[in-house]
Amino acid sequence: MDTHNRWFILFTIFIALLLAVMPLPVHWLWFRPAFCALLVIFWTTRMPQELGVGFAWMVGLIEDLVTGSTLGAHALALAVLAYFSLLTYRRTRAFNPGQQLMWVFVLVGINQLLGNWVHSLAGKPVPGLTFLWPALTTALLWPLVTPWLHRMASRLQIR
Amino acid sequence: MLGLVATALILTNLYTDWLDPARERLSSLAAPFYWITDTPSRVGGWAGEQLRTREELLEENSRLQHQVMLLEQQAQLLAAARAENTQLKELMNSAESVDQRVLVAQVIGVSPDPLEHVLIIDKGRSDGVLQGAAIMDASGLLGQVIEAGDFSSRVVLITDANHALPVQVLRNSVRAVAEGTGDLYRLKLRHLANTSDIREGDLLLSSGLGGRFPAGYPVGEVTSVKRDPGRAFADVEVQPRGRMNRSRFVLAVIDVVPPTGDGLEGRVDPAAQD
Repeated sequence: MDTHNRWFILFTIFIALLLAVMPLPVHWLWFRPAFCALLVIFWTTRMPQELGVGFAWMVGLIEDLVTGSTLGAHALALAVLAYFSLLTYRRTRAFNPGQQLMWVFVLVGINQLLGNWVHSLAGKPVPGLTFLWPALTTALLWPLVTPWLHRMASRLQIR
Repeated sequence: MLGLVATALILTNLYTDWLDPARERLSSLAAPFYWITDTPSRVGGWAGEQLRTREELLEENSRLQHQVMLLEQQAQLLAAARAENTQLKELMNSAESVDQRVLVAQVIGVSPDPLEHVLIIDKGRSDGVLQGAAIMDASGLLGQVIEAGDFSSRVVLITDANHALPVQVLRNSVRAVAEGTGDLYRLKLRHLANTSDIREGDLLLSSGLGGRFPAGYPVGEVTSVKRDPGRAFADVEVQPRGRMNRSRFVLAVIDVVPPTGDGLEGRVDPAAQD
């Protein structure tokens, strides 16, 4: 299998990791979009044959290391996310933007739910449904980011 | 399959400390990310310093010189007091106090998780900062190192909801445990009897019990005491002295010999017993 311009995928992941640890004012921390989850959905939907659950798992593990959360928390969440995303990639592609947005909300919501589960295992206080805010912001970010990512991916002919 | 591996990893990480060495090793991988995201504020700070006028610098210089003079004068008084203190301690045959070395570190990042109060500083094991080192700023205690990497470490603040430290009231040495609340400006005193002598405005110092924090550093000030006769314990709120989310430079206390046991019994010199 020949690969072409795969570095761009790693580059987007790198940017997502930077954004994931970027300092934010305290009250905005709850609304930080789950950038890595967004990218995992995007890349698994675009290249379902090449990128799978293993890819998402590795991204999650690196995110765990970088953000300093419990090792495996993001790995688990992103692997499950990638699994669902791979099950439904044909439908996701056919959705109109509004439907896509809602579907991304559901997927990232599952991701956040798993993250929250690990949080409560770790004995951190879990404040209501606030953990779902990132799902909303990520869904709102989806229509802004994906056209650009699609354009770049076609131009670079990533295989 | 990978899900199972991840779950196993989570459980190992949460309930054992087998993974801690690996984490500390790999945290050097994470440091560059924090360093890069910190760049804008560093550039901003640099530009702010470069673009200052001569007058401003002169003014600041004279202000700092005044401050140095005042501090030096206080240090002289302290030197005398310290000598006296050592003498008295020798007379009482108690454990000698250890001279502490402090190191200035820069905060390069904050944990992205809003549920924990964790800072990332730019000093690590190669500079002598080890796990458990106390971190403070100019006005008070901030927290302790929970993970020391080679060139950076993670510091949990005393306001983190999972953190508690032993404290002592300066006025009358009443001991208590100050617990983080998850709020950057609030600590709580746990299990303090309704009848204990504590009031608003009392200054709390670290007591050094437990052996993690050096004794005698300011922790916070009591802001409110509520005594409800129906409840066993008083409801005491404390405002931390350290500037939790505003300190850019912090001090790491290194080279502290941890006291043996619970720190309550003084070390007995065998020579003094005969």
